[in-house]
Amino acid sequence: MTTTSATPVALVDYDDAVRRYDPVLGIEVHVELGTRTKMFCSAEQSFGADPNTQTTPVSLGLPGALPVVNGTAVEYAIRIGLALNCQIAESCRFARKNYFYPDVPKNFQTSQYDEPIAFDGWLDVELEDGTVHRVEIERAHMEEDAGKNTHVGGAAGRIHGAEYSLVDYNRAGVPLVEIVTRPITGAGERAPEVARAYVQALRDIFRVLDVSEARMERGNVRADVNVSLRPTADSPLGTRTETKNVNSFRSVERAVRYEISRQAGLLDAGDTVVQETRHFHEDDGSTSPGRVKSDAEDYRYFPEPDLVPVAPSRAWVEEIRATLPELPQARRRRLHDEWGFADAEMRDVVNAGALDLIEATIAAGASPAAARKWWMGELARRAKQSEVELAALAITPAQIGELQSLVDSGRINDKIARQVLDGVLAGEGDPEQVVVARGLEVVSDDGALLAAIDEALAAQPDVVEKVRGGNQGPVGAIIGAVMKATKGQADAKRVRELVLERIAG
Amino acid sequence: MSTISRDEVARVAALARIDLSPEEVDRFAGELDVIVESIARVREVATPDVPATSHPLPMTNVFREDVPTPALPVADVLAAAPDAEDGRFAVPQILGEE
Repeated sequence: MTTTSATPVALVDYDDAVRRYDPVLGIEVHVELGTRTKMFCSAEQSFGADPNTQTTPVSLGLPGALPVVNGTAVEYAIRIGLALNCQIAESCRFARKNYFYPDVPKNFQTSQYDEPIAFDGWLDVELEDGTVHRVEIERAHMEEDAGKNTHVGGAAGRIHGAEYSLVDYNRAGVPLVEIVTRPITGAGERAPEVARAYVQALRDIFRVLDVSEARMERGNVRADVNVSLRPTADSPLGTRTETKNVNSFRSVERAVRYEISRQAGLLDAGDTVVQETRHFHEDDGSTSPGRVKSDAEDYRYFPEPDLVPVAPSRAWVEEIRATLPELPQARRRRLHDEWGFADAEMRDVVNAGALDLIEATIAAGASPAAARKWWMGELARRAKQSEVELAALAITPAQIGELQSLVDSGRINDKIARQVLDGVLAGEGDPEQVVVARGLEVVSDDGALLAAIDEALAAQPDVVEKVRGGNQGPVGAIIGAVMKATKGQADAKRVRELVLERIAG
Repeated sequence: MSTISRDEVARVAALARIDLSPEEVDRFAGELDVIVESIARVREVATPDVPATSHPLPMTNVFREDVPTPALPVADVLAAAPDAEDGRFAVPQILGEE
């Protein structure tokens, strides 16, 4: 097949490339909706079912089968549109996008073409350092997913060299919303970060809206990334490439970076960028040409005759708008205010994925400062040690709340709390249970403390003399001895009081 | 004057994966011309107060509840497959896409 840009080009160093060229992005994100059934038929859809166990004549494209729109999918699409500050169409229709591929059994994909359900929106995307970049949304439209091909006989399931392919139609007809941006300009050297943050922000929004599980590793969210370069921000747009199916946040960033370096190499050499579809390679972060777009890009769209228009009433749209949950960015800002963290502290919390954990820990009774101290300190350290996400630690926000209340009530001290943490993480139960089972409670029984204090005083008569002589400095030696004798389980403040009373008495 | 050229017929036939002989291309160019001209007459009666429509029925918002119904049994699904393996349709090598 034609691979007009197969000649290897010298990649330009990224920093050099963005100094001399202005990158422009366009991102198409597909999200699989978490409805129970498919877009146009009542076949159940769920991840991991046995092949071809979730089909109907509609999703198999059998002759005479007629589609009916899933009303919940339309509602989800409107929710997404509203969350992205879009207009919702007064009336819109479906269209057939005609092409031949074994995973599209009807030989067309039912999509929307000239009349998307949502259009003209925007999303403010926050980068890790707090910089906000506005991404304009051209449209969000409804369509259906394709089946899944598995290529047999080639290396590692790739098409190239495959002898034949196996097709599973469970995914054929799963509702999708495709969100298309306007050209994203002005990001400059931060274009890869903006691309990543945008896709990540969308994923967070899908989850909060409860329209999709939005699990990247399952392909619930897939991005196609368009990149072009131009000499300056005033120049006309350059020729773009579209890197398809980039399926992790990190890959989105890498794919943009690679294309910028590659296209800069072509332009430097006086070559032209070919408008084409490219594939991203996870192993080395490179892209390689797929089909040349101008060849095949004639989908002969026409209005779907088997479906009537979708005309969401304004009352319905407003009802959906009124029930939209608080969106991630607004929530972050609210929590930032409520918790009173410094900007940098809040960013660290967000970047560490600790926002939900800290919120839940506060709900369990801890102060914001204490909740942050646990998750960003001791727990972050342990998560890093065992190379897992914070949320994957074997401890819940409720348990941290309980642990902190044990500290606050003086039943254990900070140092002992870490031992309790060990116990909880080791599966010994809730903090209270660990304290009891390990016998870690602060020795608050004055009798037990006094015995230890008397012992320490008897062992260090010189200290007693000095304190009686008005020098309280050396009293620390007595406290230290008592803490040692009680294995750290005494309340040091109480010990000090008792020691002073004893010496005075 | 014909509005549908031979080239156009050949191009659309190729997109639709229909193998036409040169004689068929000639014939369909003529026939499609007649169809297009007939439809063009609609324009003569269309006035600005007749909105464009893609659908003859005065209906919108025909929705289904999001409730699953039983799927087709796999054996029935694969009965129509020329070839199957591991519960899936086996199809010839896919060319030209990657």
